[in-house]
Amino acid sequence: MAKKKMKIRAWADKGSATVKAIVFHPMETGLRKDKATGKKIPPHFIEELAVKHNGKQVLTCLWGPGVSKNPFLSFRLKSAKKGDTLQLSWIDNKGGKDVAEAKVK
Amino acid sequence: MNQTRRTFLQASMAAGTVAIATSAGLLSPRTVLAAWPKKAFDASSLADAVKAIAGSDKTVNSKEISVEAPDIAENGAVVSVTVKSKAANTEQISVLVPENANPLCASYVTTDAVDGFVTGRIKMRKTSDVIAVVKANGKLLTAKKPVKVTLGGCGG
Repeated sequence: MAKKKMKIRAWADKGSATVKAIVFHPMETGLRKDKATGKKIPPHFIEELAVKHNGKQVLTCLWGPGVSKNPFLSFRLKSAKKGDTLQLSWIDNKGGKDVAEAKVK
Repeated sequence: MNQTRRTFLQASMAAGTVAIATSAGLLSPRTVLAAWPKKAFDASSLADAVKAIAGSDKTVNSKEISVEAPDIAENGAVVSVTVKSKAANTEQISVLVPENANPLCASYVTTDAVDGFVTGRIKMRKTSDVIAVVKANGKLLTAKKPVKVTLGGCGG
């Protein structure tokens, strides 16, 4: 299994917060060929990423193979303050998954 | 009569398997909102993809939606795209690239708790428009931005 990692940063600013996150994932489309063997690399991508703010689901990202490698996500969260908890969880097409938490700074 | 019963049994068994997989936590670490829309991501035409993800292909161009992307993307494997929606009750933001093998790149289901604004990075096979389709108040609003790609990002 590939090394699973996520980076989440969130800053509170005037009652809302900017959230930026990177998920480290190969995001294979299934269209690429392995240059050494000439075989197609099987698809491997994140299907769904869920964002929870203090336990409440606020954003769901449905991703397809068209999302770039190591996907980046940024959005604005309304009514967030310093110390709030953010939780990101994702699942990929092979059943791989990961969860990470971060505090709003 | 027997035939109907057979069909019914098969259907309920199939449904049962999914339910067991879900309850065992095999399928999801999340609260299941909706199944991942495979049909929408598999669609090869723009109209089909929009229809499958948003429920209709009747879109209206809108100035409330803006798509920010580079004019020229040197590397089609990583194109940063920002979609902003000023429309009230934005429910869903989808990003599509008509020239890709499967036009639908990403779809963000938003709630009241977030602003109508998302940034993400997508792959683009070749020079194309980037289309945002935003579902707001039951309407489909759209905007697009042409992006010139000098190196394709989808391989093959």
